[in-house]
Amino acid sequence: MEFLSNLIVNIGVWIKGLLVGGGVAEHGAALVVKAIGAVVVGFFPLMVVVFLIWAYRKIAARMQGRLGPNSSGTWAGPYGILQTFADAIKMLTKEDIRPQGVDLIPYNLAPILVVFASVMVWAVIPFGPGRGLIGADLSIGIFYILAFSSAALIVFLMAGWSSNNKYATVGAFRAVAQLIGYEIPQLLAVLAVVMVTGSLSTQDIVGSQDVIFLVTLPVSAIIFFLASMAEINARPFELLEAESELVCGYFVEYSGMKFGMFYLAEFMNSVAVAAIFTTLFLGGWRGPWVDQAPILGTVWFLVKMGAVIFLWMLIQITLPRLRIDQMLAFNWKFLVPLALVNLCVVGLVNKGTTEGFPGGASAWTRGSILLGANLAMILATWGMLAVGERQARRRREAWQAAQAGELEVVV
Amino acid sequence: MTLQQILFFIFGAISLGAGVGVVTARKLFHAALWLLLAFFGVAGLYVLLEAPFFAAAQLFVYMGAIGILIIFAIMLTRGMMRQRHPRANRQWWLAGILAALFLATFVRLAWQGPWTAPAGPVPENSLGLLGLTLVDPGGFALPFEVASVLLVVALIGAVTIVRER
Repeated sequence: MEFLSNLIVNIGVWIKGLLVGGGVAEHGAALVVKAIGAVVVGFFPLMVVVFLIWAYRKIAARMQGRLGPNSSGTWAGPYGILQTFADAIKMLTKEDIRPQGVDLIPYNLAPILVVFASVMVWAVIPFGPGRGLIGADLSIGIFYILAFSSAALIVFLMAGWSSNNKYATVGAFRAVAQLIGYEIPQLLAVLAVVMVTGSLSTQDIVGSQDVIFLVTLPVSAIIFFLASMAEINARPFELLEAESELVCGYFVEYSGMKFGMFYLAEFMNSVAVAAIFTTLFLGGWRGPWVDQAPILGTVWFLVKMGAVIFLWMLIQITLPRLRIDQMLAFNWKFLVPLALVNLCVVGLVNKGTTEGFPGGASAWTRGSILLGANLAMILATWGMLAVGERQARRRREAWQAAQAGELEVVV
Repeated sequence: MTLQQILFFIFGAISLGAGVGVVTARKLFHAALWLLLAFFGVAGLYVLLEAPFFAAAQLFVYMGAIGILIIFAIMLTRGMMRQRHPRANRQWWLAGILAALFLATFVRLAWQGPWTAPAGPVPENSLGLLGLTLVDPGGFALPFEVASVLLVVALIGAVTIVRER
């Protein structure tokens, strides 16, 4: 029981003990344990993705009244659970077709780098309390994640440009326009969280959520969620691979496992975004009885992450795709201004509650004041949208009336 | 040689080698990619200097923003995408003189005096100190604000240029 309560850390201690017992030097054993930890952290998203692709196909099928992958035809395990493995083997053994005139080095480097960037993000996600269950508790934690996802944009341009295909190049442009645009509200939403926490470290952000930030900073949470949906190319914003107009976007010329790696990176990013949302707004690994059994923290984390992924799937499966101009307008005319206002309001309220009260406000008072400010912001936004909608309708009706009048005159 | 020195030489070699790649590449797009690799090497050097915030900012600003901007500029310039360009144009001698002056300045600076690091360990909360210095009126508050005004001016300028009249 003692061993199980902090399973992952104890396994590390056990391996280290074995190595030291076997005559390996102390720091050498520590290095080996670190390396094993790095491999586990790197493989975790891959393992989750294998399961997630199956779950996604199954859930999407249920929502659309189909069966999804199943065992009719070739046997693929109960409920078709081995289908993803079959697909992976198919992709690995497929012929690697290289179109004429590609720019070899960027073309072959792009799929590698895109997976690299997706894996690197996991280094600072805290899976549980303490230092044992996080890759590296960097002092810049969340900024590291944002920096890597921003630097990864270059990969799309590399893939799109080097494929020697107009659709791919246009797709890459569009991808970067969308991703750069939606990075701004995402960043500003994270900034609000960082201001309230006073630290960039992911462990500190989790530690300061006595009341989860989804409750105290709902506007930031909504902005972050919507912007991340666009960042991971989920359905209402799924314009990177718009099949109808761009064939498949920037990776149209890739086949076999290179295509598979783009596909993999996309799913890995979805899981990563769910993990980041959990860390930032849902309290990460925090939950009941974590003090007694730290392994429960990992369980809570995975449960919360699963809930976020399910919400993402629900939206992705039910909504149709936006047009590119609607999507950019939604970002620049709605999300960015809202995020800026949110940043100002949270900054002022946060400063007021930390310095306005003698001896500092308790977490609950501070949380409720922040929640009140956020609710006021939501109401104000709602009101402005309603007014705008009414004005637009009035203008439309006036225009239609004018058109009808003109027609009568002509007739 | 310690591990830190080995890493320093690796990252230094990446930066310098990529720098050579920038000026020798025949395609502008390749030059831009080499430039990004050089930025990445510099980010690695920042990590070795125990300045993780600068490393992340280097990735974020230089690779994520400026790199993309450069590539966009290249791609939107007519005829810049496909052809192989000559490496030098008519102004090569001017660029050569400027580069030589730059090099001379840096060699002179590097020659000056012993370079000693301040004693003691790196402060635990270096990021917090940096933030406080940036908003401290006695520190860098004025340059910081001037830089943000500059960015706002650039932003408004961009909006004015692209606006339909």
